[in-house]
Amino acid sequence: MNIRSLPQRVGTSSVVVIGIAGVVAVLISVLAMSTGLIRTMQKTGPVNRAIVVRTGSSTELVSVLTNDAALAIADSAGVKKGADGHPLASREGLLIVNVMKRDGTEAVAPFRGFTQTGFAVHPEIKLVKGRLFQPAVAEMIVGKSAQRLYSGLDVGSQVKLRGTTWTVVGIFESGGNARESELIADLQTLNSAYQRGNGSQSVLVVLDSPNGFQTFKDAITTNPQLQVDVATEKEYGTQQSDRISKILSIVAYVVGGIMAVGAIFAALNTMYSAVSARAREIATLRAIGFGPMPVVVSVFVEALLLAMVGGSIGALIAWLLFNGHSVDTNGGGFGGQLIFDLAVTPTLVTLGIIWACVIGAIGGLFPAIRAARLPVATALRAV
Amino acid sequence: MKYLLLIWAGLWRKKTRTILTMLSIIVAFLLFGLLQGINQSIKAGLGDTSNNRLWTTSRMSAINSMPISLMDKMQTVKGVRTIAHLSFFGGYFQDAKNAISAFAINVDGVATVYPELNITQAQIDAMKTTRPGALIGRPLAQKYGWKVGDKIPLGTTIWTKKDGSNNWAFDIIGIFDPSPQFANSPLGSAFWINYDYWDETRQFDNHRVHQFITQIDDPKQATAISSAIDKLFENSPDETRTQSENAALQAQLKEFADIDFIANSIVGAVMFALLFLTANTMMQSVRERIPELAVLKTLGFSGGAVSALVLTESAILCLIAALVGLLLASFAIGAVGSVLGAGTIPPVVILEGIVIAVLLAAISGLPPALRAQRLNIVDALAER
Repeated sequence: MNIRSLPQRVGTSSVVVIGIAGVVAVLISVLAMSTGLIRTMQKTGPVNRAIVVRTGSSTELVSVLTNDAALAIADSAGVKKGADGHPLASREGLLIVNVMKRDGTEAVAPFRGFTQTGFAVHPEIKLVKGRLFQPAVAEMIVGKSAQRLYSGLDVGSQVKLRGTTWTVVGIFESGGNARESELIADLQTLNSAYQRGNGSQSVLVVLDSPNGFQTFKDAITTNPQLQVDVATEKEYGTQQSDRISKILSIVAYVVGGIMAVGAIFAALNTMYSAVSARAREIATLRAIGFGPMPVVVSVFVEALLLAMVGGSIGALIAWLLFNGHSVDTNGGGFGGQLIFDLAVTPTLVTLGIIWACVIGAIGGLFPAIRAARLPVATALRAV
Repeated sequence: MKYLLLIWAGLWRKKTRTILTMLSIIVAFLLFGLLQGINQSIKAGLGDTSNNRLWTTSRMSAINSMPISLMDKMQTVKGVRTIAHLSFFGGYFQDAKNAISAFAINVDGVATVYPELNITQAQIDAMKTTRPGALIGRPLAQKYGWKVGDKIPLGTTIWTKKDGSNNWAFDIIGIFDPSPQFANSPLGSAFWINYDYWDETRQFDNHRVHQFITQIDDPKQATAISSAIDKLFENSPDETRTQSENAALQAQLKEFADIDFIANSIVGAVMFALLFLTANTMMQSVRERIPELAVLKTLGFSGGAVSALVLTESAILCLIAALVGLLLASFAIGAVGSVLGAGTIPPVVILEGIVIAVLLAAISGLPPALRAQRLNIVDALAER
């Protein structure tokens, strides 16, 4: 019955709906950033990989591994052998270079060096355009996110980086992981262009079994030649995205929380006025024998219903505006700009609807109690 | 003015509704003040010309090193007073999670360029006599309970010693007391070590530093001197990027996220929802009072006067609540803002808030005010 009379109160009721939609949209959008970031950083390839960096290196960028160390790592137990019998271990160099975003602002992009085994270790990297780079020539391939974000990185473009002119020869995708934000070239060419000697930043290895990580870790940590840290690719991604995703969650919950308090006041306001507008009607119901309970329930259900409509609209707005929307950040020490897509997941939508229901429940409860306590005689007399 | 009591009484006709509406407006402006306050006060740093420090880093990126010899050339630029240099040690204590802001520096340079750190001459001399010495900020000393004379082992994420180990240890020779504005910054709780000692001991990247900090005579010359410095190294293997300290800090923040965009869109969403709320409250309040307003008109109030009453009522409601919200925001920023580099709410944000409150009042008050103006006395009294 309450619900049937809703259309008469469209104006007032829309206040609850819009207020709650705002809260849910903001909450979900900010959390979608955090979720998208974690998803990109934790996405691993089709194979089980581990990353090795020098002891204490918080990111690949500050690590240095000598060639001898890289060889020792590749020969350790637990590393899978490729078809040719060589271990699937990829020595990778990483530095960051200045590029221009398409909107004209400067940014730093990660520039990675691969050896021949690089592509065997990263089977998810697939060219979508052009060809692979040739060794010993200043050629590079560009991740598709990087190509979208930065200007002048199309196939055939020439890029001048610190005295060397590189030619972009291909665009690749890699299943939506962090590599898509990067530029990749031949490791040796990269090292000589930047006068960096013959080392690398990290070694990525393919593990020979799902449980092979422990074997590999033991082999590496007990090798006196090596001073290295090792983590599975997923652990490493989690470490890297931890700080920034925590900050985003704090922002989401603090801002969303303050907005929710405002929305609760708005909902209370609306429901109180709904109750007072229908005071006579409610009093009539009480007079003909309805107990206080049905009255409480009817007001409460109305508030919840409005809240759920608001929550769904908010979630829909967040999804329409931001799902798949690309953003980039350089705040997490990833080494260079990391590009990722916002992800509005079912979990987030559920969370948003739960928030909406809580706001609706609090906003409906007190007015419902007031409705039940309405003195029947006075309310009936009210003109 | 003489109608103020009448308006006031109209406002409190339905107490619950007015209070709840006010609370919603207060919350909205609290959020507005917080977000824009933090956003603007970070931005305001850009316009701060009192700062006479320039940061020079490698044009490649802030973590690429440059030869220390660049310093001599930079010294030749007119207007340059003192140059300090700084290199990242990437230190941690016991566990990589306990990061320490450890930097290798030229102590006398840093002491001159950052007088706010209050490094004494005695401490500079002590650093010079104790080569593996360390000078640390009071906040850091308090955090770990370190005292002068302690020998502190530091792990590092980057540097190996010439002997192949990376067991670095430093003797604390002094603790400096940074002035309040530096108390929360990494520099205020820095772990300074001697560049010369560190450079001789580390295995690679020798004779290179990560950053120069230049003190200049006249902050107004900052742009000219910055480009003069960058010009010196143009087309060399070590191109530089020089910016004022504030601009550099700004740029770092901007790289983290587009705070401007986030703050503006959230505030936009909040204000949009709020507009509906207040417009609805005003509309309802006028609707309920139609007979009363008709009585006023019967008594000889003109249509304009009645609508002015309604508009003033909405203005009072919005402005009082908005001011309370902004006040709360300024308290909140005072309490937590220093962590984010924002001490107080900038006046421009308060002004913006008031303008928004007035607009809010006008837009939400206008439709009911028009309705009140057009009121037909006979119909209204008959409640038709």
